[in-house]
Amino acid sequence: MSIFTQRPIEAAEPLTTATGVPSHVDRSAKGRRRAGGRRIGSHVFLVILAIYFVVPIWWLVVASTKDTAGLFSSPAFWFSGDFSLFSNIAELFTHQGGIYWRWLGNSFLYAFAGGIGATILAILAGYGFAKYDFRGRGAVFTVVLGSVMVPLTALVIPTFMLLSQYGIINTPWAVILPSLLSPFGVYLMRVYTQDAVPDEMLEAARIDGAGELRTFFQVALPLLRPAIVTVLLLSIVGTWNNFFLPLAVLTDPQLLPVTVGLNRWTALSNAGAGGEQVWNLITSGAFISVLPLILSFLFLQRYWQGGLSVGSIK
Amino acid sequence: MTTQTSVAAPAVPRRRAPRAGGSTLLRRRQRWGWLFVSPFLAVFALLLVFPLAYAFGMSLFTSTLATGTEFTGLGNYAKAFTDPLFLEGMLRVLAFAVVMIPAQLIVAIAAALVLDTLATKLSKLSRLLIFAPYAIPGVIGALMWSFLYSPRFGPGGTLFNLVGMPTPDFLAPGTIFGSLVNIVTWQWAGYYMVVIYAALRAIDPSIYEAARIDGANGWQTALRIKVPMIGSSMVMIVMFALIGTLQFFTEPVVLRNVAQGAIDAAYTPNMYAYSLAFSYSQFNYASAIAFSLGALVFAGSFVFLFLTRKQSGLK
Repeated sequence: MSIFTQRPIEAAEPLTTATGVPSHVDRSAKGRRRAGGRRIGSHVFLVILAIYFVVPIWWLVVASTKDTAGLFSSPAFWFSGDFSLFSNIAELFTHQGGIYWRWLGNSFLYAFAGGIGATILAILAGYGFAKYDFRGRGAVFTVVLGSVMVPLTALVIPTFMLLSQYGIINTPWAVILPSLLSPFGVYLMRVYTQDAVPDEMLEAARIDGAGELRTFFQVALPLLRPAIVTVLLLSIVGTWNNFFLPLAVLTDPQLLPVTVGLNRWTALSNAGAGGEQVWNLITSGAFISVLPLILSFLFLQRYWQGGLSVGSIK
Repeated sequence: MTTQTSVAAPAVPRRRAPRAGGSTLLRRRQRWGWLFVSPFLAVFALLLVFPLAYAFGMSLFTSTLATGTEFTGLGNYAKAFTDPLFLEGMLRVLAFAVVMIPAQLIVAIAAALVLDTLATKLSKLSRLLIFAPYAIPGVIGALMWSFLYSPRFGPGGTLFNLVGMPTPDFLAPGTIFGSLVNIVTWQWAGYYMVVIYAALRAIDPSIYEAARIDGANGWQTALRIKVPMIGSSMVMIVMFALIGTLQFFTEPVVLRNVAQGAIDAAYTPNMYAYSLAFSYSQFNYASAIAFSLGALVFAGSFVFLFLTRKQSGLK
């Protein structure tokens, strides 16, 4: 069985927030000047990179404030004369009966139901794999770990055929159930549990008469909080971003998540006649739909900066 | 009881619990272990093992209007591996892997190495901005770029006319490959940068001190010490990027809205399987394609992990 050793997330935290000058900077006067020149060069490089990554987002912000005529006629990276964001939002409420907000709500439902479910399964399984030496553990875990390498999209068509056998195609379950599967989450939780929950504490709780469930809930669970947040974040983002699965298993427009919905509007706008062209709704709809994730990443910085690296092994 | 040994070093595999006795306590423990993992294993069996087995079963049959459904064994696989559409798609995603993964890695490593030597407000802000595209769903990112590439909305005309050049068509058959590489790099390089950056911060700084005393300059420290020391993170990144690239789907599907001429319905193996299943209802053959793709990706990542086992420290 492969042993992945893992540094716990907390270990990375103080390092990522370290503000001291890197120790290898030469402190002599000449060295400082040279280092200063290099620092300017480094900053210029970073700023150029940052511009490349931000310009499309800036475009989206600007484009969401334009009406269709403005999108065609005004410069791509600057505002047109009139500010149409609010009238676009109002139009999103009326176009096709406000279906856009339905899509946004669907995205929230699928992402949270799938993400929370996947996280609960991963916590339980990770704890079981890490702390119980049951027969067959090694073999089962190796299979689970190997399945990380099975491309999820290869499962979409088989899942579609299977779900249609049971008649749950074209229902929210068709998206939520497959999203519960997160072998990588189980792997992360197992590795983290191994390091963060000392066996001695579990034994002490058992000697004090706590049952296995109580030991899990009151001793282990609080210690696992950082990893839980990370796995939760990753699974919610994963389901929110999913495209192939909902595209395959949902046909009812009322059930689509916002990603598939906006893609449908784009396809219609490109193919269709004037009446079906809703470019301004696509841009402002896309802008509103990316806000929740961008804001949560901004406020949860502490978690993803340490946490996204859990996947990296030492 | 099993704990008498370990006080320190909690990550070392230990606790070979004596199984011979089979005391009721140990048997109860075993049962609890299974109880904790069983909810996940149920989902795993129902939504991974079972669909794969089902798809494999389906792929062994062929149904036609004339003859109905009949067992054809591995016939669909023989057909797939001689089907030019599938093979071209496979070659195309391999070409994407060869170009796209290094492109993302170079940007990510360069940014992470530079960030690692700086601790200014500006560098922190840059880190956040470079990472930002990760928070945007792939579909929305591709939609945004399809606007930017579009001759009707995009800034291409203005920008290139500024320097007196003709506007290139980003959505032509000859340029679409590069346009797609650009979208994926934009989307993922920041995420990889954050992972690499965290790995760099975890290196013991005293190593740099030793290198400095030995007369290494900044470049040498970066290339000879830092990069080799984050080998395992790189292996993980390349593996996930490889798995992602071989199942390329979202971005070409979205760009196809504006570039029908450059992206056909079988542009990647996944798109081919999708159109076989949902446009032509050839579910048996689509299963064979999906299953072949899955097997190839699995085998490919397995071989990759095997070849890089030294760098990653995996056994």
